[in-house]
Amino acid sequence: MSARVGVVLFPGSNCEHDAIEAVEALGGKADIVWHGATTLGDVDAVLLPGGFAHGDYLRPGAIARFSPVMEAVRRFAGDAGPVVGICNGFQVLTEAGLLPGALQKNSGLKFMCTTVEVRVESVRSTLTSAASVGDILRIPINHFEGNYTCDPATLARLRSDECVVLRYVDNPNGSIDDIAGICNTAGNVVGLMPHPERASDPLLGSGDGLVLLRSLLNSGGVRR
Amino acid sequence: MDEVARALGLTDEETRAIASILGRAPNHLELAMYAVMWSEHCSYKSSRMHLRRLPTEGPHVLVGPGENAGVIDAGDGVALAVRIESHNHPSAVEPYQGAATGAGGILRDIFTMGARPIALLDPLRFGPLDEPRTRWIFEGVVSGISGYGNSVGVPTVGGEVVFDECYADNPLVNVMCLGVMPVERLVLGAATGVGNLAVLLGSTTGRDGIGGVSVLASAGFGDAQADADKRPSVQVGDPFEEKRLIEACLELLDARLVVGIQDLGGAGLTCATSETASRGGVGMDVYIDKVTQRERGMEPFEVMTSESQERMLAIVTPESLGHVLDVCGRWEVRAMVVGTVVDGGRLRIFDTEGGEVLADVPASSLHEDAPLYARPMEKPAPVADVGELSSVDAGAELLDMLVDPSWVYSQYDHQLFLNTVEAPGADAAVLLLKAPGLPPAAREGRRGIAISTDGNNRWCAVDPRAGTAMLVAESALNVACTGARPAAVVNCLNFGNPEHPEVMWQLSEAIDGMAEACTALALPVVGGNVSLYNESRGRDIDPTPVVGVVGLIDRLDRRPPGVALVDGGVLLLLGTTGPGLGGSLYALRAHGRRGGPLPALDLAAHARLLDLVRGLAVDAVVSGVHDVSEGGLGVALAEMAVRSGVGFTVDGVGAGGAAELFSESPSRVVVCVPPDRVSGVVERASAAGVPVSTLGIAGGDRLTVAGMLDVGVAEATEAWRTAIPRALNAVAASH
Repeated sequence: MSARVGVVLFPGSNCEHDAIEAVEALGGKADIVWHGATTLGDVDAVLLPGGFAHGDYLRPGAIARFSPVMEAVRRFAGDAGPVVGICNGFQVLTEAGLLPGALQKNSGLKFMCTTVEVRVESVRSTLTSAASVGDILRIPINHFEGNYTCDPATLARLRSDECVVLRYVDNPNGSIDDIAGICNTAGNVVGLMPHPERASDPLLGSGDGLVLLRSLLNSGGVRR
Repeated sequence: MDEVARALGLTDEETRAIASILGRAPNHLELAMYAVMWSEHCSYKSSRMHLRRLPTEGPHVLVGPGENAGVIDAGDGVALAVRIESHNHPSAVEPYQGAATGAGGILRDIFTMGARPIALLDPLRFGPLDEPRTRWIFEGVVSGISGYGNSVGVPTVGGEVVFDECYADNPLVNVMCLGVMPVERLVLGAATGVGNLAVLLGSTTGRDGIGGVSVLASAGFGDAQADADKRPSVQVGDPFEEKRLIEACLELLDARLVVGIQDLGGAGLTCATSETASRGGVGMDVYIDKVTQRERGMEPFEVMTSESQERMLAIVTPESLGHVLDVCGRWEVRAMVVGTVVDGGRLRIFDTEGGEVLADVPASSLHEDAPLYARPMEKPAPVADVGELSSVDAGAELLDMLVDPSWVYSQYDHQLFLNTVEAPGADAAVLLLKAPGLPPAAREGRRGIAISTDGNNRWCAVDPRAGTAMLVAESALNVACTGARPAAVVNCLNFGNPEHPEVMWQLSEAIDGMAEACTALALPVVGGNVSLYNESRGRDIDPTPVVGVVGLIDRLDRRPPGVALVDGGVLLLLGTTGPGLGGSLYALRAHGRRGGPLPALDLAAHARLLDLVRGLAVDAVVSGVHDVSEGGLGVALAEMAVRSGVGFTVDGVGAGGAAELFSESPSRVVVCVPPDRVSGVVERASAAGVPVSTLGIAGGDRLTVAGMLDVGVAEATEAWRTAIPRALNAVAASH
C-alpha cells in the first residue's frame, strides 16, 4: 500500500503542488490538509511545504504556529508520526517548538535561490533513512531566513544525539555548524531548508532529492 | 473648472470634448474619471494610430491586443496568456514598491483571463552603477521584485539587466508574465446580465496611487523635490493579499461562479467598472459607500480613481453570490457587492444605493471616445558613424563586456512549480508546460515553452526601425536556440516625451521595424504596452522597444544543449559576420563611441537560420549553442566558456580584427559540435541555405583567438562573476 502524505496548506504556502507532484511521482499519495483543519485525516506522514505562510508577516512561521492544524500536527508527531518541514515548513516547526532553534536572516542579507551541495550527516531521521552518511546531494535552496541558529547547549545536544541531518558543503547563509537540516531526538520530526522536491527530476537539474522523499514515504510504516 | 481639469492632466480641448459627450459641463468626479481613463497610460492616445500597423493575427492566436492579456493556443487543450507591462515611473520614485506593484499588477492581468501565472520575466535598465542614486534604484527594484514575486509564489525565470547612461534618472522596469489554462477556462472581462452584481474582491481602497496613471506615468521627471512629492502616487503592494486573491479567483473560475472578471490596475474602479460594462454592452450602477475604504473621509473621486493594489471586480449572478462569498471567506479575501449591472450603457456613481447620483457618463466613452493624437513627427539629425575602431587590448576589452546577471536572479525564486529546465542567464528561459489544473494530456506530454525578452537601445538610437527589427530577430533566435518554435510576441515600447516630434518619429519607425520583422518571421504581436515620457532633466531616453518572444517545444525529453562548451568539440559559426561596429557594445565600452551604421539584417535568411538552429537543438546533435548578439562573437564564445569552465582556441577569426570579433551583425549562432557530427551539421546547414564556417576547437583553460586574445578561463570567469558586485562595492567604498 502506498504511503499517504498530508500536505499542510497555510494561506501563503506556495510549494504544496510541487510537494504533491514529487510524492506522487514516487508512487505515494498526497492530500492537501487546510490549515484550519483540526484533524489530519488518515495520513501516514505530514509535510509542511515551503512558501510564505500568512505572508511571513511578523516573522516566518510566527503566525502559522497558531493555525488550528498545528495542534493536530503536534499530536501526530507526539505519536511518532513522520513530520517533515521544508523551508518555510522548517521555520513553522521551530516556531511551534517541534524542533529547537530558529532561522534568522541569511548572513548576506539577501534572498538566495540557487542549488547547493549538502552532506548527509545522520540516517536515523525519517527523511534520511534511505540515504547513507556522507552522501553528497545537490539540492536547491530558496530562502531569505535560512540561517539556522541555536544556543550552545542545544547545538551540543543536536550533535551528540545525531540530530544534525544535513550539512552544507559550502555554507551559503551563515547557519551555525553548517546546519541545513535537523531532526528531533526521536528522529520522526525533520526540518530542512533545501527543497528536495525541487531535486526530483534530472530534467530540472538534479534528482538527488528523491532519496529523501523516498525515505519519508517508507517511514510511514514505523508508526503504530 | 478648467483649472481643476488642467491639474488633473486634461487639456482644454479634452475638457471640451467631455462636455460635448455629456451635453453639459462635467462635475469634478466626472473630470477625475475622464482624466485617468484618457491619460496616455490608459488610452494610448499618442501611440494607438501607429500600433495598428503591427501584425496581430495567426492561426493559433485566441486573443490579440486590447484585452488584459494576449492568449495563444498551445495545443493539447492548453492556452497561454501573456502580457508585458512597464512600471518605469513608479520605480524611479520609489524603487521597491514601484517594482513590486509592477509584478503584482501584471499577475492580475493574467489570472483575470482565467490563467494561472507560472512565470515572470523582468527586463531592467538602469544608469551606470557608479552613481549612488542608481545603486539605490537598482537594489530597490531587485529587492522589490524579489520581495513580491517570491512571496506571491510565481517564479521569476528570466529577463535582462542593462546599464546605460540614458537611464540615469529614469530606469526602465518592465515585467512580463505568462500564465497557462485549460482552453475552456478562458474568460474575458465583460459584464453581462442585467441585475447581476459587481463584487469587489481583495484589498481595501485607500488613498495610495491616486492619479498614478496621469500624474506619474504620463509626465517626465524634473527636480528632486517635485519627484519626492509624487511619491504618494506610488501604490504599496501586499503579496500575501495577492496570493490569496489568485487562489480565490482561480477557484471561482474553476467552479464557474463568475460571469466576468476584471482586475483593478491603472485608473482603479473607474477603469474596471467602465471596461466590463462597455465590453458587455451594458451599464453599471456603483455605490461609493459599499466600497470598503482604508481611511475615513475619502472623497468619491478618490474612491473611483484609487490604484490600491490587490483588487479584482467580479460580475456574479445573485444566485451564486452566496457561494462566491464562501470561497472568498475561506481564502480570507474580502468581498463586497459594490454595484449592479443595468441596462442602457451608462456608468452611474451613487453615494449610496438609491441615493444621490454623483456621476453619470456613457461607460464606453471613457475608452472609445478617448482622444487619438497624430502627434507631429520629425526625423532627427542622423547619428554619426562610429568609424574605424581597432583593438588596443582585446583581452581587457572583452573582460570589460562580461556581466553575470546571477547577482540579480539569484534573489528571485526561479524554480517554483518544478518547471524550470533552463534557469535565467541562458539564451532563453525553458519551462515545462504544466501546472495544476491543466488537462492530463498536457501534463504527460512533456511539452515545453521558451521565453526571451530583448531590447537594445544602442541599435535603436542609431536606427529605430532597423534596430527594432534586429531585436525581434534576436529574441526569436534566443528562443530557437533552445529548440523552440517562436510563436508570439509581446512588446513594451519605452520612449521619451511624445510631445517631442523626434520621439514620435522614433516610435513610429520602431513600430514599422517590428511589423516588418514580425511579418517576415510569421510572429503575431498578441499584446503590448507603451510607456512614454521617459525623460529626465529634459533629455529623452534612447528609444527602447523591448520584446518578449514565446516559443513552443513539442517534446522536452532532455535538457537543451545550452550555452556551453564541451572539451574537444568543434566550434562552428552559422551565419556570416558583416562588417562594422555601428551600435555595438564594443564601440561604446572600449572606445566611448555611439553611432552607426547598423549591420544589415536579411529577414529571409534569418528565418532559415531559426529553423536550422531549432532542429539542431531538438535533435541534440550539438553539445552547446549560443546566439551572437551584444559583444559579438568574442562575448558569445566567452560566455560559453565561463558558463562551462572550458576554454577554446579559435583561429578562423582575427583577420578582421576587432571589427570581426566584436561586430554585432545579426543572424549568427555559435555551435559546439562533437567531431564525429561536424559533417552532419555542415550538411544540414548547407541544405538549409545557411553559411557555415569553422571557428576552432573547444578545450583547455584559456580563451584564445589567434593573434588577438589569450585570457585564462579562471580570469574571465572571475571578471564575469564579479562584474555587478564589484560595481556595487565601488560605490559603497566611495561613501
